[in-house]
Amino acid sequence: MSIDPKPNRQPEIGAFFQRDRSWHPPAFTPGYKTSVLRSPQKALLSLDNTISEITGPVFGHDMLGELDNDLIHNFAKPGESAIGERIIVYGRVLDERGKGVPGALLEFWQANAGGRYRHKKEGYIAALDPNFGGCGRTITDEDGSYAFRSIKPGPYPWPNGVNDWRPAHIHFSVFGHGFAQRLITQMYFEGDPLIWLCPIVRTIPDRAAVETLIAALDMQATIPMDARAYKFDIVLRGRRSSVFENRLEGN
Amino acid sequence: MVQSLNRLKESPSQTAGPYVHIGLTPNFCGIPGVFEKDLGTDMVNDKTMGERITVRARVLDGTGAPLRDALIEIWQADAAGLYNSPTEIRGAADPNFTGWGRKATDMVSGECLFETIKPGRVPYKPGVLMAPHITFWIVARGINLGLQTRMYFADEEQANADDPVLARIEHRSRVPTLIAARLDDVYVFDIHLQGDKETVFFDI
Ligand SMILES: [Fe+2]
Repeated sequence: MSIDPKPNRQPEIGAFFQRDRSWHPPAFTPGYKTSVLRSPQKALLSLDNTISEITGPVFGHDMLGELDNDLIHNFAKPGESAIGERIIVYGRVLDERGKGVPGALLEFWQANAGGRYRHKKEGYIAALDPNFGGCGRTITDEDGSYAFRSIKPGPYPWPNGVNDWRPAHIHFSVFGHGFAQRLITQMYFEGDPLIWLCPIVRTIPDRAAVETLIAALDMQATIPMDARAYKFDIVLRGRRSSVFENRLEGN
Repeated sequence: MVQSLNRLKESPSQTAGPYVHIGLTPNFCGIPGVFEKDLGTDMVNDKTMGERITVRARVLDGTGAPLRDALIEIWQADAAGLYNSPTEIRGAADPNFTGWGRKATDMVSGECLFETIKPGRVPYKPGVLMAPHITFWIVARGINLGLQTRMYFADEEQANADDPVLARIEHRSRVPTLIAARLDDVYVFDIHLQGDKETVFFDI
């Protein structure tokens, strides 16, 4: 881990907006069975951010390898590539104020084109692709934008109900500038009928919230004869202005 | 109508799922070669200042069974009480301490070990210090939104008694859920998701 020196950018040090927990899925969602014994039942302790949550680790572009944002090639043998529909996923990381979040580390993971994960606990009969690992990462630019290449993951069945299928999706882990912004979510694909049947999607109470996780097909961002493009923006908690607050300097 | 505040909503969380390791600790789960090393593996090096400690953490479900597919991240100040973060404006933290660690719980025992240092105290507000603590973030299959909590140290009795965050816990019998016991130089922290010993989780 290294820190990008950005002497011309004053760090923002305000506390983050309170999280709207009615917008997120609740902890206890019996339609997603695993949540039943893994959901806290007591009230959370609500308090304003302290310096322990306002701060957070930041990652420098120098930690990235050349193929980190290319899942088609980053596990493939030299000269070979992963099987599947070639796609580009791009977008911006913003905060709730609409500001781009620069230097945000994004990590993503997904199943292969047949819906199979490369994991020892994975039991689906679909074949592994010897040229597909399923993980990648990137760091956002100055305006919060990012992009990576992959193949479109397949839907897959999972043990919950007897016939539950996950819609095609890519998992995202996001770091902003403060540990309180830490977020994991999933990206879905425009037009997938499985989205609205999925017990994990349905842990989110509000349909409008689900729609913010559905990436749009963007034919203007495709590379002709190569890859289609999907646009996926991610929003992290916004920061309060600290101009009128007591600072912790000198303590 | 009034003017719009032009705010966006935070992206809603979705569970990290059973295969979170593929994305966050690929070397741990048998995907070598994509990233040189799993991020967050090493917090200290041989020049790090402060008292070396090990934190042994587990996450237990409502039946008391440890989660063998959880992922834990921790974030803490250095020995002098400074965070290695651009948002830390009080001074420069120890460059040999990252302050951030990430571990998958063991697929058999459910344990994970963080090799770190004991953090210094940091301010709550001007003139008021918090007791030494480590911030925890826990994700796993079945957890819909990452859980936030803190670990305090059993051998900091006086600081813990004065801690303004612990003081906010209404039901005093729950305070010990945030305090790790010390066995030699190992602090043992069990995070209970449910039940009588349910850990105090934070909305912070
Ligand atoms: Fe998945």
